[in-house]
Amino acid sequence: METTDIKVLDKVVVRFSGDSGDGMQLAGNIFTNVSAGVGNQVSTFPDYPAEIRAPQGSLSGVSGFQVSVGMDVHTPGDKCDVLIAMNPAALKQNVKFLKQGGVIIVDIDSFKEADLKKALFQTNEPFKELGITAQVVEVPVTSMTKAALADKGLDNKSVLKCRNIFALGLVCWLFDRPIEAAIHHLQSKFAKKPTIFEANREVLQAGYNYGHNIHASVSTYRIETKNPRKGVYTDINGNTATAWGLIMASERSGRPLFLGSYPITPATDILHELAKRKDLGVTAVQMEDEIAGVCSAIGASFAGDLAVTSTSGPGLALKGEGIGLAVIAELPLVIIDVMRGGPSTGMPTKTEQTDLMQALYGRNGESPLCVLAATTPTNCFDMAFEAARIAIEHMTPVILLTDAFIGNGSSAWRVPEADEYPEIHPRFVPESLREGWKPYKRDEKSLVRYWALPGTEGLMHRVGGLEKDSETGAISTDPANHEKMVALRREKVARIADDIPRQEVLGDKDADTLLLGWGGTYGHLRTATGELNAAGIPMAFTQLAYINPLPRNMGEIMSRYKRVIVAELNSGMCAEYLQARFPATHIDRINKVQGQPFQVSEIVDKVREILGK
Amino acid sequence: MEELIYTPAHFKSDQSVRWCPGCGDHAILNSLHKAMAAVGVAPHQTAVISGIGCSSRLPYYMNTYGMHTIHGRAAAIATGVKLANPGLTVWQVSGDGDGLAIGGNHFIHAIRRNIDINMLIFNNKIYGLTKGQYSPTSDRGTVTKSSPYGTVEDPFIPAELVFGARGNFFARSIDVELETTREVMVAAASHKGTSVVEILQNCVIFSNGVHSRITDKEVRADRTIHLRHGEKMLYGKDMNKGLVRDGFYIKAVELGKDGYTIDDVLVHDAKIPSNFLHQQLAMMDGETLPLAVGVIRDVDSITYNDAVGQQIEEVRAKKGFNSLREMILAGDTWTVE
Repeated sequence: METTDIKVLDKVVVRFSGDSGDGMQLAGNIFTNVSAGVGNQVSTFPDYPAEIRAPQGSLSGVSGFQVSVGMDVHTPGDKCDVLIAMNPAALKQNVKFLKQGGVIIVDIDSFKEADLKKALFQTNEPFKELGITAQVVEVPVTSMTKAALADKGLDNKSVLKCRNIFALGLVCWLFDRPIEAAIHHLQSKFAKKPTIFEANREVLQAGYNYGHNIHASVSTYRIETKNPRKGVYTDINGNTATAWGLIMASERSGRPLFLGSYPITPATDILHELAKRKDLGVTAVQMEDEIAGVCSAIGASFAGDLAVTSTSGPGLALKGEGIGLAVIAELPLVIIDVMRGGPSTGMPTKTEQTDLMQALYGRNGESPLCVLAATTPTNCFDMAFEAARIAIEHMTPVILLTDAFIGNGSSAWRVPEADEYPEIHPRFVPESLREGWKPYKRDEKSLVRYWALPGTEGLMHRVGGLEKDSETGAISTDPANHEKMVALRREKVARIADDIPRQEVLGDKDADTLLLGWGGTYGHLRTATGELNAAGIPMAFTQLAYINPLPRNMGEIMSRYKRVIVAELNSGMCAEYLQARFPATHIDRINKVQGQPFQVSEIVDKVREILGK
Repeated sequence: MEELIYTPAHFKSDQSVRWCPGCGDHAILNSLHKAMAAVGVAPHQTAVISGIGCSSRLPYYMNTYGMHTIHGRAAAIATGVKLANPGLTVWQVSGDGDGLAIGGNHFIHAIRRNIDINMLIFNNKIYGLTKGQYSPTSDRGTVTKSSPYGTVEDPFIPAELVFGARGNFFARSIDVELETTREVMVAAASHKGTSVVEILQNCVIFSNGVHSRITDKEVRADRTIHLRHGEKMLYGKDMNKGLVRDGFYIKAVELGKDGYTIDDVLVHDAKIPSNFLHQQLAMMDGETLPLAVGVIRDVDSITYNDAVGQQIEEVRAKKGFNSLREMILAGDTWTVE
């Protein structure tokens, strides 16, 4: 009797792929949650088509979900160890993501001649046609699913919908995941459909058993787990983390949370989550358009709420005029932009970092504001909190840039205690200044004007989009006053630099080259830095999260290195932004604009190319 | 009657009013100061939100909380103000361009939701601030700088949009009729939900006399009718004309002629839920039927802000959490020792 070969890996990458109607996202999500539940670090990358239902079995309808589980997980991985392909189209689209030595699992029942035609195969030998040398495990997923449910009295359509869970059961067996945990997740998913839950449970078990029965022919992996800090953990994606970070800011500021939003991929989950959080008193409203989303938030801000609007690139464009109003009225406002591929509608479900310039400058007139970027799914929580803190304490709009990759990707996250985050102090009109108070009177140090909430006796005032006199707050077209106000608004934002952390540099401290990124590319760049250093190429690394203003020590960092390599998912926006500020620094660029995240290997290769090593 | 606590002066700011001499806005502002005093809500509990245009300058002349925002967005911003602090009485001031062209989408959606704000639409059928272009309420054929050969499009009738958006309050007045304007503004403030008040306003510079066919002193009594809830629909210099049923429609008759008596004249019911008759009344244009002023429709319905607040209360009563952490810990978690 043969024994199971258990490979001990510190992490493993699994990619589920199938038709967009095949439930790959659900199977992937449950596998992720189950893995997180046994203490793995997880990082996910849902890669789904913009079309909700492209033609069944077609290449454009393929939906993928990649997850990396194990220890020291910073990214969903460039390539996968195991690829599950539910049909020929999924195989064709995803085989390029398979590692050397990886394993492919296919539903061989869906590799009939008609299926191959839909996926535009020329021959009846798909594996040969794609030049696949990897181990292929042919599993009759469809027929086994049907067999498992033969006596359940379900219609054929409902039976076929369970195929994904058969695959999940098989993968659970492969990676030694507790099937009970998967059942638990299925139960909450199908809480209101007991028949469907029962069917899925049956199929999950069948898939798991199948894995057991063929164990001799597949290598299985056991994944080591290690978490550095004690505490209660949950699995969280970036969009949920963003929503929760805002709630934490509401708790720490005492200001009720208001979200005015409009559905847009890939940001809508923030609206979904906050709409659910009526149980915490959150007011989240879906307005008639993006403009009404930001404008309702501006109204709520004027009235004293922690006001937020969430969107993606096209929505940010529509909100531009409203954001300008918040700039000149000097009201706190948080704008979340979950970036996606552009321009125009672009690639709504794909990730990019192409809204940086829009966030910094995409408004009429001189309209400076604070721009932040979150680096990982869990960091979305911290940066959403920061965006709210800065908005409230500095009376300014703040744009937080996240992206489709970290917004949809998930990680294990330690649930913090409230007091791990600082109290946020709204800048209400101090009692000592109420006599003769004017709306544009400022705190001398921070240049922040005060927040006089409607309903307060004695502080009635008018704000608006017209330029105001710096002293009286009355409308003014005085040339010198305008220039003074332009400068005041710019300097007010610049002084936020006194209130943010210094920029940290990781990697080889003695290196003369710095790899620099910003926002959601953190995981890939950090891993690449580690690989470069391990290969004997000294490399320091830093990731910007505070983009405007930059941390106070940024000039010192930029002058310390012989060369700075700015890697970003656009054609060089951050590189240009930094070059304009630090003209003496030699900046090289690594750019990618494909709607896909970086791969660690391509960063390593390009750095080597730049350095000639 | 209760004694007034506030006088119009309490609502006037110290800013000098910059509208053109003779502009209808002066009269409307005057009526608004009086109406606010009559409503009796304190200036610090009042917020006036405007968009862009001549009329939208109004918040600067109010000693209340105010925001002069961006073109067309006043309804959306006012919605946010009211949701964040439902205790405030919120007024929105827009013109026909601000409210019905660039702001048309926010206008209909605010009404559909029934957010409790009072919208004043100053309708002068022209863009004044940009110096005389046709607006979405300009009559077909209107010659302006942007339509030198006359417009080739039909106008909106604001009331028709309000009913199309399922509005529950619509009133109309004329700038020069200060008392009527004050009266409908007070009614708008008393109504819970979106109250739309259209005020026919005269722009002395770019559309002088645009409403004079109806509003001139000599013809006004015969070309307008002041509707009051529970009262007979009578009008005319001698109050000898009335509105009567004519099949599904309404027609104007003279009492004592063709056998019509006061008993045939309809009684205005602003509170009836069906808007069928309200629409007919609001669409009368001063030609064969008199243009209606006064409160045409005033029907109670749950407001958006109340519904939003109530839902939060209900959810919290059923499964509320005291903190984010408590909410998260109630979900799927695991502990690392």
